[in-house]
Amino acid sequence: MGGGVGVSTTSVLGGVVKRREDPALIRGTGLYVDDLQLPGMLHVAFVRSPYAHARVVSVDASDAEAMDGVRAVYTAGDVAHLGDLVAQVPVGKVRPLLAGDKVNHLGEAVAMVVADTRYGARDAADAVDVEYDPLDPVIDLKEAASDAALVHDDMESNVLLAWEGGPWGDEEGIAATQQTIADAKAQDDTVSVSIEAVNQRLLPMPMEPRSVVADWNVGYGRFTVHSSTQIAHALAGGIAQTFGLSLTDVRCIAPEVGGGFGCKLNVYNDEILVCFASQQLGRPVKFTETRRDAAGSTIHGRGWVATATITGTRDGQILGYELDGIADMGAYSQNFTVAIPFLGLFVGAGQYEFPTHWKVACVHTHTMTTDAYRGAGRPEAAYYLERAIDAFAREIGVDPADVRRKNFIPAEKFPGAATHIGFPMDTGDYETNLDALLETAGYEDLKAERDRMRAEGRLVGLGLATYVEVCGFGPSALVDLGFSWASYKIPSGFNGSGLVRVQADGTASVIIGTGPSGQGHQTTWAQIVSNQLGIPVENIRVSHGDTAESPLGIGTFGSRSAAVDGSATYEAANKVRSKAADLAAHLLEASADDIVFADGGAHVAGSPDQQVSWSDIATLAYQPHRLPEGMEGGLEAHAVFSPGNATWPFGSHLALVEVDGDTGDVKLLRYIAMDDCGNVINPMIVDGQIHGGLAQGIGQAMFEDGDYEADGNLLKWSFVEYPLPTSADLPSFELHRTVTPTDINPLGVKGIGEAGTIGSAQTVVNAVVDALSPLGVTHVDMPLRPKRVWAAIQAAKTNGSVS
Amino acid sequence: MYPRSFEYVSPGSLDEATSVLASTEGAKVLAGGMSLLPLMKLRLFSPDVLVDIGRIPGLSSIEDRGDHLAIGAMVRHADTASDSLIGEHAAALATAASWTGDVQVRNQGTTCGAIAHADIAADQPSAALALGATMVAASAGGVREIAASEFFVDTLTTALEQGEILTEVRIPKQGGGSAYEKLGRRGGHTDYAVAGAAVWLDVSNGAVSSARVALTGVGAKPTLAEGVVEALVGTDGSDAAIAEASERALEGVTVLDDLFGTVEYKAHLAKVMTRRALQQAVAAAR
Repeated sequence: MGGGVGVSTTSVLGGVVKRREDPALIRGTGLYVDDLQLPGMLHVAFVRSPYAHARVVSVDASDAEAMDGVRAVYTAGDVAHLGDLVAQVPVGKVRPLLAGDKVNHLGEAVAMVVADTRYGARDAADAVDVEYDPLDPVIDLKEAASDAALVHDDMESNVLLAWEGGPWGDEEGIAATQQTIADAKAQDDTVSVSIEAVNQRLLPMPMEPRSVVADWNVGYGRFTVHSSTQIAHALAGGIAQTFGLSLTDVRCIAPEVGGGFGCKLNVYNDEILVCFASQQLGRPVKFTETRRDAAGSTIHGRGWVATATITGTRDGQILGYELDGIADMGAYSQNFTVAIPFLGLFVGAGQYEFPTHWKVACVHTHTMTTDAYRGAGRPEAAYYLERAIDAFAREIGVDPADVRRKNFIPAEKFPGAATHIGFPMDTGDYETNLDALLETAGYEDLKAERDRMRAEGRLVGLGLATYVEVCGFGPSALVDLGFSWASYKIPSGFNGSGLVRVQADGTASVIIGTGPSGQGHQTTWAQIVSNQLGIPVENIRVSHGDTAESPLGIGTFGSRSAAVDGSATYEAANKVRSKAADLAAHLLEASADDIVFADGGAHVAGSPDQQVSWSDIATLAYQPHRLPEGMEGGLEAHAVFSPGNATWPFGSHLALVEVDGDTGDVKLLRYIAMDDCGNVINPMIVDGQIHGGLAQGIGQAMFEDGDYEADGNLLKWSFVEYPLPTSADLPSFELHRTVTPTDINPLGVKGIGEAGTIGSAQTVVNAVVDALSPLGVTHVDMPLRPKRVWAAIQAAKTNGSVS
Repeated sequence: MYPRSFEYVSPGSLDEATSVLASTEGAKVLAGGMSLLPLMKLRLFSPDVLVDIGRIPGLSSIEDRGDHLAIGAMVRHADTASDSLIGEHAAALATAASWTGDVQVRNQGTTCGAIAHADIAADQPSAALALGATMVAASAGGVREIAASEFFVDTLTTALEQGEILTEVRIPKQGGGSAYEKLGRRGGHTDYAVAGAAVWLDVSNGAVSSARVALTGVGAKPTLAEGVVEALVGTDGSDAAIAEASERALEGVTVLDDLFGTVEYKAHLAKVMTRRALQQAVAAAR
């Protein structure tokens, strides 16, 4: 697993080191926020709307307030002075902390109850009497986009904006591209194939629901906040901004975080509200989501409907790609919300070079906010593109691999290649990657096998898809495109940082501002520093998640941590190394230029028998009286890293499926992935990331469905109604890699957290459609639950074909 | 996921348990808790008192009583799934237990609990029905036996009365062969059933001599498919005979839709599962 395929590797690190965090997590000694018990701590439960859309006529909390152990019940008026929730891209209606005179989605918080116990808080929340006057909700995306009814009656339209390209927002360029595609369609020898598909809403459902404890210290006038968050520094900034405090007045700590997938990349109203309650009551206050809270009131992902059209010649040359879609923002914007489809726009044309007109309108509906969920905009973009290319290949009768190969951006265009909107990409070699996949998988043999099984009457299919991802955010200059964390008191935030300190005994501490939610930072960062200093991994402690001690780093999302904060740490380690060379040179009475670091210490080149240890070097650093004149004591360095671009990983995936024609049951027989994330620091961790990513993409393809009912109800409150994939549902993944290092960071790494998800849903759906193609089926919407696949088979049998 | 306040009682004997149940209004029996506790955490059900029968001795065994097997109230799904006696005499139930929940659920939940809970999508109730099981209910007033065909009354509703504990499920040692088939919500056999079918039948002189067929997940309760039996008994049990008989699976059943199956789909699936289970049972009986 995870082997290369004879493709060149320039890995700077690349060794398998077992995850150092796992013993604590497996043995139950990791500390999660809900484990935290502070003296006098109070507990919160929320009163949530049972309606998608209703006027709040009255809130009567008198019964609740009279209950034993109830300390306070707060409603919108109590927190009006704090304003709305902080948001990075506050387009449209930004979420209020508590609903006022109207509720706009099921599960919206109307009141906050604070009590001595979590049970008591829940009992009291149930006793709050809210009178609602229900209104018709706007749920359907096309209806929302038509503005037939408004989600917010003080807004002019439900449509917030449309992301469109065309070269970089240039109207003339967009019009010219549209004309080019129209001309291609008008040619006699071209074929146009369209599919309309739903990319259904998903619920992130991390194993650890969100949890937050706020503690206001009235003496210091400071908050200490523990939260299960991916963005501790932004949370500190958001709280500081809301309460008019400085960044140093708010200390946020993200201890172990049990999965995030983007849903913990928001500052939530509950995080602000527990701070408020702690300040009001002078006690620590905890809120831990129930699974039901997590399902209905933590952000959702996806939620698009779109039509994708490919126009091309019968030999497979694609002359135009059009996407026309609507993306569901939910009722309120939170952190990124409208920016999510924008990420899709970047990679709208994937690995390909053809005229592309891509347009997705962002609309409000009476549902929970959508925001970043693993892949965030890019899985949706890749899904439509790769489904449409397959439909086109089927229509013209050309092998889908050949169609893709024919339309790739050629490797020769790198460096200097750009996306369809003119944004420069770092490195890429798509054909090598696809060929490696097909060769490794034995594509021709698999096709023959499929055809043989088909001849027996079995419904067997092969699905292929490629992807290119934009990630590793990234450049500080994103500020100039309107992306900054200024509303969290952080002027940029996309740059990374790392601090490396050699302790007096020669061990090292690494302190980073980004933190893991399962990605293995404690291992990867130790490898980076060990590689630069020669200090063994076991002598390096990696600390993260505490804003009081760590340098500013925005967090782990967008497959960015290794590429950005990892690179910063690499540079910090180099600074330490440089100073350590001076110190070793002093001890060895040599020139710093001649110092070599090896075997846990340093020596003069050519004289390995005269070795000084890191302990010797550090001892000197912390005994300033022994230092040569002019040299400062201590041995630590901090570096900030801002790459010149995002990174652009890519890959190609292949799936083999069999469908039970009697039941519609889909069996995923094989899944083969050829990913390229540049250099690999730790192959085991990279494979683990791909495993999880694939599971989530396949989960969307086959199992998960977070869509609301037409009346705005959400019938998915637990894993009974919202089936997640488990290892028992998935085949043993066959993982392989090509290695095309990036040139925009010193590690050559691109990021791998989201790639598996971005590449997989369409791979599985393409395979299932291929399996059903002998029946005339050309499209089935996700999730491919048996009932839906069976219905598609029935419709095909009835109609001769189905679309 | 915080239940309302309740009292917890852990009696040391069956007599003590039945007397607590008899004297306490709103008391509910707790065995493995795999269905009851989630309902309580969702506040969909809030009993005042839980009577935990997990510490009562003598309820955890599977016994061979000569003409029947007796499965005690605290026998876990995992035990039912792996027990050699059940495998030999009640394969349908063993299979149904092996496809119930996941490993953790199977190690904690109980076969009697699943039958007493009577979820329409649960696997073991229809297996018990097809196997012609007898339920033994104990209360302060004594012990009574309830035929499986009388036991399942409606959705989540059985013939058990307030104050009664399902102490034992008895499966007759009746020869023949049995089988269970299902399609799970996540496909294959995983998760609750979208639809399933349990079959017991006997073959003599090359013909199906008697049979029972019960459906999972289709109607409001596990239901005997009498029409299938009528069509099948007396035939040679060939694939053609089975296919024809399976078409009658839904006679007398009102099919309900849910998130995982439309009425039309579940109706179709019930026939497919019936056919597959019948084929396996015929093979086992021969």
